[in-house]
Amino acid sequence: MDVDPADPRKRDRDQLVLSKGHSGPALYATLASKGFFPVDWLHTLNVGGTRLPSHCDRNRTPGIDMTTGSLGQGLSAACGIALGNRLNGIASRVFAIIGDGESDEGQNWEAAMFAAHNRLENLIAFTDCNKLQIDGSTEEIMNLGNLGAKWEAFGWFVQEVDGHDFAAMDAAVGRVKEGKGRPSMIILHTVKAKGFSLAEGQVASHNMAFSYEDAKKAIAVLEG
Amino acid sequence: MEKREMRAVYAQTLIELAKTNEDIVILDADLMHANGAFAFAKAYPERSFNVGVAEANMVGVAAGLSSVGKIPFASTFGSFAGRRDYDQFFISANYARLNVKLVGTDPGVTAKYNGGTHMPFEDLALMRAIPKLVILEPSDPVSLGKLIRKSASYYGCVYLRMQRSPASVLYPESEEFEFGRAKVLREGSDAVLFALGSVMVNESLAAAETLATEGIRAAVVDMVSLKPLDVETVVAQAGKTGRVVTCENGQASGGLSSAVAEAILESGVRAGFARIGVKDEFGEVGTVEYLMERYALRAQDIAAAVRSLA
Repeated sequence: MDVDPADPRKRDRDQLVLSKGHSGPALYATLASKGFFPVDWLHTLNVGGTRLPSHCDRNRTPGIDMTTGSLGQGLSAACGIALGNRLNGIASRVFAIIGDGESDEGQNWEAAMFAAHNRLENLIAFTDCNKLQIDGSTEEIMNLGNLGAKWEAFGWFVQEVDGHDFAAMDAAVGRVKEGKGRPSMIILHTVKAKGFSLAEGQVASHNMAFSYEDAKKAIAVLEG
Repeated sequence: MEKREMRAVYAQTLIELAKTNEDIVILDADLMHANGAFAFAKAYPERSFNVGVAEANMVGVAAGLSSVGKIPFASTFGSFAGRRDYDQFFISANYARLNVKLVGTDPGVTAKYNGGTHMPFEDLALMRAIPKLVILEPSDPVSLGKLIRKSASYYGCVYLRMQRSPASVLYPESEEFEFGRAKVLREGSDAVLFALGSVMVNESLAAAETLATEGIRAAVVDMVSLKPLDVETVVAQAGKTGRVVTCENGQASGGLSSAVAEAILESGVRAGFARIGVKDEFGEVGTVEYLMERYALRAQDIAAAVRSLA
């Protein structure tokens, strides 16, 4: 992404709407390592008065482009940003990340139609398809069926890749121009909490509590 | 009294603003003809977005547009502006501190033949619960035009409750309006009528005329702005007259009546108090005249409420 930690609201920056706002902490770690704010801030997550709340807040955290958390709303906002950029003559890209569980929300599909109808080709959305939602698997709670076919039917250019393969994801972003005027959906096949055996692939990993010792083990795995 | 179509004023004012402000954009959810937005769309097609029948997405898109500096006016019927996109307006627009102007048309009984499904009696109460939101209900074409201009130059979310049918002109073109500033349209020492919106302001003026023939001098205040509320005027008029009647074209709870009652009780002023408005009922079809009688919103109902306050 074309972003500048020294000028987080730079007018012609690429933007990211993390519609699954509960994943804020993962984004905060990335923003801190990019220099948007001191790494020390990460220890203030959810502490009263923090600038790093559980869910993304554009007014509290440098580098957060949109406030999210009430699921299903982010893609509409990303459409508005992409449309506004076009009106402003700015060719930057707008990225959005939605969850597969979040895809139950009907507003996503209103936004899907809107983006295709308005040919928002600079809009690149990802679905974090980890096959789990809070109460169970997406298949047993609310079966999404063939997600890729659905987005294609809504007029999007669809690619599906391994969401743990950085080179594959990078290549997919590079191919969005093949969409020829269509907004892009890149479905990321992922495993929730991948790499940390205590949580990997488990329903409970959505918001599980674990000990400081386990946390250190998880960090070691992720940094290994 | 001269009447002008409110939706035409809406479109014309935005067209004029758009000439010098390239950030003005409009959205509507398949009601562009009904709400008057179509005239703007003809003048500025590249700045007009019909999102189809999808109010939630409309407000979300408006929030995104405003985050990159656009000034979106998004219109739909007040029933849907309040109910179908409440969470989007609450979170994506207001909680995110963005700059969305949401326009809800056909307030209260003016939804007439569309009936109970389309009759917003609840929007004022819903909107009042959103922190920092500015809530306006202009009573005439002049105040509507002026308040649209104020809304466009103000950074922050606004809910504009707008009748789209013709309304009587109550103010000279030179009149100026502020958020949180009511207009005393008629002075009186025996009672005060706090009214919101074209229908209720006009009924209140008629009620005050009737009462005057009986020797009861009733003041009439056009509240203009529900939030912020003009507490100073409310308390001063309540203290001066000792008899208060609130008049709103919607539920008589959670909206104007509640806001006025809170202001008066907190001030320490004691006054008789009655509410004109819908009393815990749903809407239904009919002419505006039928519905005014059905929900006891007429001048004669207002006059009776004043008389009931000894």
